[in-house]
Amino acid sequence: MIFNHIGYYSLVFGFFISLYLLFFSMFLYLKGKLNNQLNLNIYYFSSLQLFLVILSFISLIISFILSDFSNETVYYNSHTTKPLFYKIAGTWGNHEGSLLLWLLVLTLFIFIFILKSNNQPKLYRLLSIFFQQIIITGFFLFLLITSNPFNYLFPIPIEGLGLNPILQDPALVIHPPILYLGYVGSSIIFSSSLAALIENNFSKIWAKHIKNWVFVSWIFLTLGILLGSIWAYYELGWGGFWFWDPVENVSLMPWFSLTALLHTISVLEKRQLLKSWTIILSISTFSLSMSGTFLVRSGILNSVHTFANDPERGVFILTFLFILIFLAVFIFFFFSKNIVNLNEKNFYWLSKDSSIIINNWFMMYFLSVVLIGTIYPIFLEVITSDKISIGPPFFNKLIVPFLIPFLLIMSFGPKLKWIKDRFNKLELDKIFFFVISILISVLIYEKLGQKNLLITILIFASIYLFLISLIELIKSRNNLSQKLSHFGFSLLILSILFNGLFSKEFSSNMKIGDQIEFDNKLIKFKNVESKKGSNYNSIIASFVIEDENKRISKFFPEIRIYNQPNIMTSEADIKTSIFQDKFFVINFLKNENYFNVRYQVKSFMIWIWISTLLIVLGGLIGLVRKIK
Amino acid sequence: MYGKKVKLRIFFFSIIFLAILLTTFLILKSLEENVVYFISPSDVKVLPELSKKKIRIGGMVKKDSIETNAKEILFIITDYKSEIKVSFSGSIPNLFAEEKGVVAEGFLKDRNYFTAKKILAKHDENYMPPEVKKALESKK
Repeated sequence: MIFNHIGYYSLVFGFFISLYLLFFSMFLYLKGKLNNQLNLNIYYFSSLQLFLVILSFISLIISFILSDFSNETVYYNSHTTKPLFYKIAGTWGNHEGSLLLWLLVLTLFIFIFILKSNNQPKLYRLLSIFFQQIIITGFFLFLLITSNPFNYLFPIPIEGLGLNPILQDPALVIHPPILYLGYVGSSIIFSSSLAALIENNFSKIWAKHIKNWVFVSWIFLTLGILLGSIWAYYELGWGGFWFWDPVENVSLMPWFSLTALLHTISVLEKRQLLKSWTIILSISTFSLSMSGTFLVRSGILNSVHTFANDPERGVFILTFLFILIFLAVFIFFFFSKNIVNLNEKNFYWLSKDSSIIINNWFMMYFLSVVLIGTIYPIFLEVITSDKISIGPPFFNKLIVPFLIPFLLIMSFGPKLKWIKDRFNKLELDKIFFFVISILISVLIYEKLGQKNLLITILIFASIYLFLISLIELIKSRNNLSQKLSHFGFSLLILSILFNGLFSKEFSSNMKIGDQIEFDNKLIKFKNVESKKGSNYNSIIASFVIEDENKRISKFFPEIRIYNQPNIMTSEADIKTSIFQDKFFVINFLKNENYFNVRYQVKSFMIWIWISTLLIVLGGLIGLVRKIK
Repeated sequence: MYGKKVKLRIFFFSIIFLAILLTTFLILKSLEENVVYFISPSDVKVLPELSKKKIRIGGMVKKDSIETNAKEILFIITDYKSEIKVSFSGSIPNLFAEEKGVVAEGFLKDRNYFTAKKILAKHDENYMPPEVKKALESKK
């Protein structure tokens, strides 16, 4: 009860502080430079704002822990029998709470920004704070007007409606916060690029300072996408890691843009080039992050995993987003004459600079494919009211062939020198690797029943990059972060390819006692037994798989029937080994005798996760080295 | 004549232009081939011709319509105006149940019979395909 009040009023108070900061930072900016110190009030009020949002967030968590059903959000998303861990996680497992988390991260990041930007010009800092406070004010309004997490319910219900059980999962507890850290990090990049543009503050020091933020949001965004993917793999029982579903795509689009920015910012730092392009990427990364939230929350996307939701909220975000983009584009055109690229004449095709530009082209191409594949259905529905969806073949067809030149350029691009390099005589080890990669891919081509030239060339390209980056990694520790990430990327592409090529799947309806042959193995359905969990009842089936040599492995897939809300989920039984995952999942059918059974052998599954973690680790090392 | 620098620039821009043209062409062509239309059982009845292409049909699973045997699952998708029989063999998602929303992807055999290749999952037990929602609302 009391926490409802505390939470709500700290939000209202926080809103007024952001208004104050908005005007105060503008006022100080217009007053101009008196000294180089930031007015102390900015520090005080920013920390107060952060404190209030934290207070509000904690109140919501406490309301969830206490199962205070006078709070509407708690009522709709919690239940007394839910384990404590998921009561807490339920705080951000819903729309209102997750937006409050967005706001929390926004205020936290601007606070860190203020503390960490001491070496920057004062006017630039003030402007960055100003832009950031516009975003923060927008989110305060959004929360208070359309999605107040502290709405009262009267009479107070005795029991809550419970959290969707598929969200009751450890991966999904941390997936949204991590993803948000990535999204929100891009808001800082957005605000400070605009400020830098107006102040013409594109110094080396600025590039270094903003690079940290690019790294931070890139690391979190990559990690967030990975977690979502892992969750979909084992909790949804689909047995895959990526489905080209719109909800997944909207997180991938800012990733492409941010990855392009991550590379471009080095050119800016080292060569003072590509200033306008940096700004454009900053604006687009942030816009894509915001529209991601908008599209997921609005219900506009015809996604196979759309959550039921409220269109009015979408309209608010859309309007807000539109204003921000308009503001950004206006500022860009008005101030872009400030930009002078001094080094433009010193530009040569064979250099690190141009290889990074080529990387950017590829990123933009991938981005446009995903963008078109995601929004074209919406577009068509508005115009012709036809409902369509665009499946994986579209994306595979347009992305896979372009990966070949992309991987090959990646194998030599990073080693080129800045400004200008020249063709050296061919090195022996490279030819050696080249031949080896061709041999391996031909071997795979020969071994496979179903032959596909494109895939073979792609395998060759990724093996080549894999070998080259592995050798580079062993040779020296310079540029460790870049090398590790690129190595991880080659491993990722290889694992995805092998996963696609070697995986096998079997599905059928089976009764107890049935046995079916699949892939020279015998699948036997032994029995079922029921069990009671904390807030669910479960049915555990036991299966035995016997191979030609009579070796057996046992599987115990499970169906959980949650009591509040009354939903069934399947818990897959997954046996992970170095080369393959064995994935067993069952489902109820109406006819009680039959179970819907699905058994998959997923090759190199664990390497998809490990390689993505390596990519993230590369980023992390880069960040730590920079901060030092 | 133009200088070397201008020539280089013209060359550069024409390459970019060509690249953009090529990309647009590729994307549009691929779109044309890979679009899957989403229709309701009522739409199936009034289709001018049955296409051989893959489509999605969305609606509710009719009450008491699910039948199972070792090979396949049979059920009826309804939008409370028309209905269509569906046969499916493969794995079903958790939230597949009678009187819940469902989206099936596959091929039309005739106007009353649909062979599904995939049944799509929904995250949310309250989710309904928009058509069904409209159909239900207009019934009230």
